[in-house]
Amino acid sequence: MIRLEKRPTPSQAWTVLTPPVAVLATMVAGGLMFAALGKDPFEAIRTIFYDPLFNDQFAAYSRPQLLVKAGPLILIAIGLSLGFRAGVWNIGAEGQYIVGALCGAGVGLAMYPSGSVLVFPAMVMAGALGGWAWAMIPAILKTRFNTNEILVSLLLVYVAEQLLASAALGLLRNPEGGGFPGSRNFQQWPAAANPELITGTGMHWGVVAAFVAVIGAYALLSRHLLGFQIRLTGAAPRAARFAGVNPTRLVVICLGLSGLLAGMAGLFEVTGPAGQISIDFGSGYGFTAIIVAFLGRLHPVGILLAGLLMALTYIGGELAQFMLGVPAAAIQAFQGMLLFFLLAVDVLSNYRLRFGTREVA
Amino acid sequence: MNRLTTLLTGALVAAGLAAPALAQDPVKVGFVFVGPVGDGGWTYEHNQGRLAVEQHFGDQVETVFQESVPEGADAERVLTQMALSGADLIFTTSFGYMDPTINVAAKFPNVKFEHATGYKTADNVSTYSARFYEGRAIQGHIAGKMTESNIIGYIGSFPIPEVIRGINAAFIHARKANPEVEFKIVWANTWYDPAREADAATALIEQGADVILQHTDSTAPLSAAEKAGGVIGFGQASDMAQYKPSPRVSSIIDNWAPYYIDRVQAVMDGTWESQQVWHGIDEGMVEIGEITDAVPEDVANEARALMDSIASGTYHPFTGPLTKQDGSAWLAEGEVADDGTLAGMNFYVEGLTGAIPN
Repeated sequence: MIRLEKRPTPSQAWTVLTPPVAVLATMVAGGLMFAALGKDPFEAIRTIFYDPLFNDQFAAYSRPQLLVKAGPLILIAIGLSLGFRAGVWNIGAEGQYIVGALCGAGVGLAMYPSGSVLVFPAMVMAGALGGWAWAMIPAILKTRFNTNEILVSLLLVYVAEQLLASAALGLLRNPEGGGFPGSRNFQQWPAAANPELITGTGMHWGVVAAFVAVIGAYALLSRHLLGFQIRLTGAAPRAARFAGVNPTRLVVICLGLSGLLAGMAGLFEVTGPAGQISIDFGSGYGFTAIIVAFLGRLHPVGILLAGLLMALTYIGGELAQFMLGVPAAAIQAFQGMLLFFLLAVDVLSNYRLRFGTREVA
Repeated sequence: MNRLTTLLTGALVAAGLAAPALAQDPVKVGFVFVGPVGDGGWTYEHNQGRLAVEQHFGDQVETVFQESVPEGADAERVLTQMALSGADLIFTTSFGYMDPTINVAAKFPNVKFEHATGYKTADNVSTYSARFYEGRAIQGHIAGKMTESNIIGYIGSFPIPEVIRGINAAFIHARKANPEVEFKIVWANTWYDPAREADAATALIEQGADVILQHTDSTAPLSAAEKAGGVIGFGQASDMAQYKPSPRVSSIIDNWAPYYIDRVQAVMDGTWESQQVWHGIDEGMVEIGEITDAVPEDVANEARALMDSIASGTYHPFTGPLTKQDGSAWLAEGEVADDGTLAGMNFYVEGLTGAIPN
């Protein structure tokens, strides 16, 4: 008989240990799945985790791509983690990401073809503001009418997707694009482009912003009163109220910050790797970032590592697809396993396993 | 690695030492798909083309593919990795891969790229597409004859020229067959999303449509038509034969295999050149799937006659007199639309209601 016994305080050791254990369990279960699909499990795992980093043929290209892929994930996840810590559930980062990209791109395109050095900073500001404003909708609805921010922020993602399709087909469509959907390509307009800063590193402004956000969030949580209030509200909401934390203010700040960062991520993506507003611009970063935030234990450094790991499974997953013929759905299942095992193993940081029958008291 | 072996082989041949096995280094052909290979429609047919290439060339080729690749930043990475892994020829099979294809092609001048449905080319980038509107004309004719409610539902994906062209071609021929016909158009804003496509079909059926045309890739609309009963539809991109004889009464099949085999052969022969191809029923890139018994014999015969006249070039689906929706003249009596206008078509013809969303 195995029983779960609640620990008086979460186990420090398990909090640190769960992510690696979850990764290991994913490798084992994923390996079994690949074997069931008739692929060599060891080769598949090696292709996903090792080849993107060390393969002679393409590691030189895929290593920097890790940063490109991880940058927006980390930036969004940092914002989300602040809210999640305080019990504010922003599930709609994807929408804020899209609206940020739209606002930033719109402001930029209004200035086309200016060569001013102010174009890009103005776009970044507009992108951040757009994401912030989109997050303010669930924030205000929650604080004034007590609606559920999970539902409102999630449903606003679908609204944002419609706006995106509309903008790609109408308002922001490239007038020189022959009637086809999609905006001008920012990569071909140096004043608005977000290029690789150092050749061969994958480092663009979005990655820089992600690193700054990691440091900023770390300082905020460990050194700042607001960070203390966030942690306190998450741990003990009643105590926080007695301690004078204003819950309304906290909801607005948490949703606002996460929206702001998601909007910036969208802007850096549209001006950099994606290049243009297109109907399919939203590629799920906002949702994947939720996994990254939890995989990283809602801790800034953890999120940095989790973002890189997630990017690795994406890029390695792509390699496994065309090198070994693993279906795309199997790669998605593999990524899903990662979150599943993380949450499953997580039980161990709050509960202790007890073997044997219950003693009669 | 591949490049290196090619070089080495060349050197060995020059020295007269080449082993025959080495000279037959397989051509590596990559495919990038927008949906899963099991979508039963667009991507399924491209994958059939890939399999045909494998079957035709056997050991002389090696094919690799990647499915469900989002159109955007991810596509560029996928293409780069494919090129780095030694692909000689890469087919990018969706419109949204256009800019990524051009960008990556510039970095790999020795790799050939073939982009489906786009309009940008380079020295090592060709474009290819099919004249699906020819098949739409035939569907329109059958739909116009078959409808009893005189309401035909149309599930659009995105309002791009490709899709608008299909709506116009179907509508012109539905009206010719039945002047009372009205089109109701729903935009699904997706190429492949069975749930959304089913919703769109159900909504159209509830508004009285008894014929559903679709420009999305899944079989969900046919399934919805089957459930509703008394509603017919057509296979899109693939035959969708499992819904025969009704609701699926005919289909447009994209047959990419001959073109793919042709282009792989050209790479092997060293005769590959950049080109822009737009093939139709005549060349076999657009096929009309079997017209089932659910369609009366005379209507089926008319549809076949229409198909033959399009294939032989005696009839063009966009022949004047045609007027645009806003009432302005487009084509005069007997005038035929030019490919440029068709390629960038962004207007409805007269009689269609509603506006193209933007």
